Amino acid sequence: MLDYKPNIVLSNKEFKVVGTRPIRHDGWDKVTGRARYANDVNLPGMLVGKILRSPHAHAIIKKIDYSKALKLPGVQAVVTADDLPNLSAKLVDQEEGSLANIGFRSRNILAREKVLYIGHAIAAVAATSQHIAEEALSLIEVEYEVLTPVITTKDAMKADAPILHELLVSRSSASGPGGWGEEPAEKATNIANHFEFKLGDVDEGFKGADLIVEREFHTKRVHQGYIEPHAATASWGTDGYVTIWTSTQQLFGVREDAAKLLGLPTSKVKIIPMEIGGGFGGKGTSYLPPVVAMLSKKTGKPVKIAMGRAEVFAATGPTSSADIKVKIGVNKEGRITAAEAHLIYEAGAFPGSSVGGGARCMFAPYDIPNGYIEAFDVLCNTPKVAAYRAPGAPMAAYAAEQVIDELCQKLAMDPLEFRLLNAPHEGSRQVTGPVFAKIGYDETLKAAREHAHYSSPLGGPNRGRGVATGFWGNGSGPASAIVNVNSDGTVSLIEGAPDIGGSRAAMAMQVAEALGLASEDIRPSVGDTDSIGFSTGAGGSSVTQKVGAACYLAAQDVKQQMIERAAKIWDIPVEEVEFEDGVLQNKSDQELRFTFKDLAARLNATGGPISGRANLNPGGAGAAFAINIVDVEVDPETGKVEILRFTAVQDVGKAIHPSYVEGQIQGAAVQGIGWALNEEYYYSDKGQMMNASFLDYRMPVSLDLPMIDTVLVEVANPGHPYGVRGVGEVSLVPTMGAIANAIQHATGVRMTSMPMSPGRIMEESWKSEANKVNGGS
Amino acid sequence: MAEVWMSPRMQRITGGKDKVRVAGATVRQIVNNLEKEFPGMKEELCEDDDIDPGIAVVIDGETSNLGMIERVNEDSEIHFIPAMAGGSV
Repeated sequence: MLDYKPNIVLSNKEFKVVGTRPIRHDGWDKVTGRARYANDVNLPGMLVGKILRSPHAHAIIKKIDYSKALKLPGVQAVVTADDLPNLSAKLVDQEEGSLANIGFRSRNILAREKVLYIGHAIAAVAATSQHIAEEALSLIEVEYEVLTPVITTKDAMKADAPILHELLVSRSSASGPGGWGEEPAEKATNIANHFEFKLGDVDEGFKGADLIVEREFHTKRVHQGYIEPHAATASWGTDGYVTIWTSTQQLFGVREDAAKLLGLPTSKVKIIPMEIGGGFGGKGTSYLPPVVAMLSKKTGKPVKIAMGRAEVFAATGPTSSADIKVKIGVNKEGRITAAEAHLIYEAGAFPGSSVGGGARCMFAPYDIPNGYIEAFDVLCNTPKVAAYRAPGAPMAAYAAEQVIDELCQKLAMDPLEFRLLNAPHEGSRQVTGPVFAKIGYDETLKAAREHAHYSSPLGGPNRGRGVATGFWGNGSGPASAIVNVNSDGTVSLIEGAPDIGGSRAAMAMQVAEALGLASEDIRPSVGDTDSIGFSTGAGGSSVTQKVGAACYLAAQDVKQQMIERAAKIWDIPVEEVEFEDGVLQNKSDQELRFTFKDLAARLNATGGPISGRANLNPGGAGAAFAINIVDVEVDPETGKVEILRFTAVQDVGKAIHPSYVEGQIQGAAVQGIGWALNEEYYYSDKGQMMNASFLDYRMPVSLDLPMIDTVLVEVANPGHPYGVRGVGEVSLVPTMGAIANAIQHATGVRMTSMPMSPGRIMEESWKSEANKVNGGS
Repeated sequence: MAEVWMSPRMQRITGGKDKVRVAGATVRQIVNNLEKEFPGMKEELCEDDDIDPGIAVVIDGETSNLGMIERVNEDSEIHFIPAMAGGSV
């Protein structure tokens, strides 16, 4: 029997509502099947759309003839890239401040000059039924000039590699979207971006090392695996306004995208966000909204497209494959003297992998005096990658954390003591340059060291324990919230960012805390783009911090107005009114007091309704660290890995609703276990994904998993009123490294490739045995 | 004056200098003064008159959300580094 305490919260500050565990507001509809997702939209006269996708990984589109498809009874429209504005992909034509190359985005949604991966959308059909739409796809004739594809970054970087974008400008400064130049480059390349970080003198640092470990690692592309496929419905009104219902992490981002791709002013597009069945970064990118909108415009009817699972795998963005070389030197005392890394990340068909995230995070858990990191963003004939939970960081941590583990073994040092010795603190400089603001890494490491799991016996043969750490900087951004006071003393809250992880409950609780109300008194909802001010979306683990700050300030706005109203009723100065725990008190007369509910009932008769609002761009995201402790047992006959015990320790700043923070951490651990042990895209040499179904793309199920124990360490972030740090992404960063280290301790074999599937573990074990027989180390 | 840390790419423009003291009360003034001393720097850091969206401005350890209009202290430390973001298409 384990010394079992599944979830521990180490709090430094307690509140009345924040930190408690009320039932989530959206839970009733979700568990009773009433919640409406994007594919649940059904409008009168609605048509069904389907998308024709490329069978070639690399080809020039010579001609598209859809005349036969249009003649099929029931088919009402076909759209191709020719129906959209031909947006330039040239760098000089990109809009100021744009986060994406709109020409590339347009070409990814509907191919124009070339198809660049198998599954690349070419045309879309709207018909009266799904079967007719599917039949119509088979009647569209596309003439291709087939080109040689390049499927791996290794091949794509060769001097004679086939070139995806002849006009590509190879950049060397940032992880931005890139673009085309005016003329073909003198030496065309698939390297979209190449940049470096440098701190101190890395050569001198290695000269001062007593021990150096250097290894290369390889990871495969994996999908976020959200359960709900992409879906969107559009209705183009006769007034020229278009409404789109979809599942997205970025409703305002989708609005801007759709408007640009359709050539409309932003104000003519309205996005209504539906419940979202998982995203993990992958639903920050939109594929369908402009297509359904154009089909709706052509037909004059609402049109819906819902992807199937195979389309989601083959034609939406997973995360990059990565090739990473890491070299770290230490002195005899265990202090790191230098670290160096070279990262090559697959971008897919258009520039923009997450290599910047990998480069910025991989060495962050260590105070390194001399460092060098080199990063490459490389194009391949595969779907354009998208964000996936701490984009770029997990695979870089997989590499760095294994080298650290090997150093600890060679130094005979406890891996957590090594990390404590080398831990950065507030003011420590990162290899990427900036110094850390207030962080809680030391506290998190100590909580892991003191956890019962860390000192428990492994209890059997073929077992190993691994630890690893991870870092994510977290994000912030513009956010909006509106708080409306109802006459019954409850509050309606409208927020501007989608709820992908229980954030409605967390927002309601922050308003409740500020107003001295119960969580149940707040009714939270996510607004559409016409009903709430601009907010950046659910990405970068930012929502609870940035929208939470907006909710807090909107509640303060309500509080101030309630104070003014009470002062007006009592005919006293506002300074004479005190608001505490949901009660307004006349400071001069203890008999005169209103509860929040009392006053809410009198608003209309005393001056009118009260609404609070906040629009801000708060900054101060608050970086986070996570540590995983993992026990595994590896079957020596088959190589199968069983996860025996898993403890995740994380600095969360302040857990607004601890159950949902624990859920985030547990979910990330499960994704990490799948990424570590099973998941990968299998490609043929033609670029065809061979396992595009959940049967063949093996994600973990509950039978594969132990209970994921969590420890929430609360080191308050000064950038948020209650101390919140983002929690959703950093939790995935250490997992694969921790599992790899556990496998090494169980088997003696260092796994340098993911997934660490039974076959790969056996192959590496046999190689290791052969090496020993032949006298190697 | 604020201290601007130069990335390896920026060091190609500064002739290898890895840190430069620059006058300015806002990021815009810092960038403009950098441009005067090291021509080409503005093109390196900006798109039109705003910070390149692929670049994060980090001031005293905090990533700025305000770009060119962010205030800078006399003793601030400023970095221009790749933004930490995922896929962008």
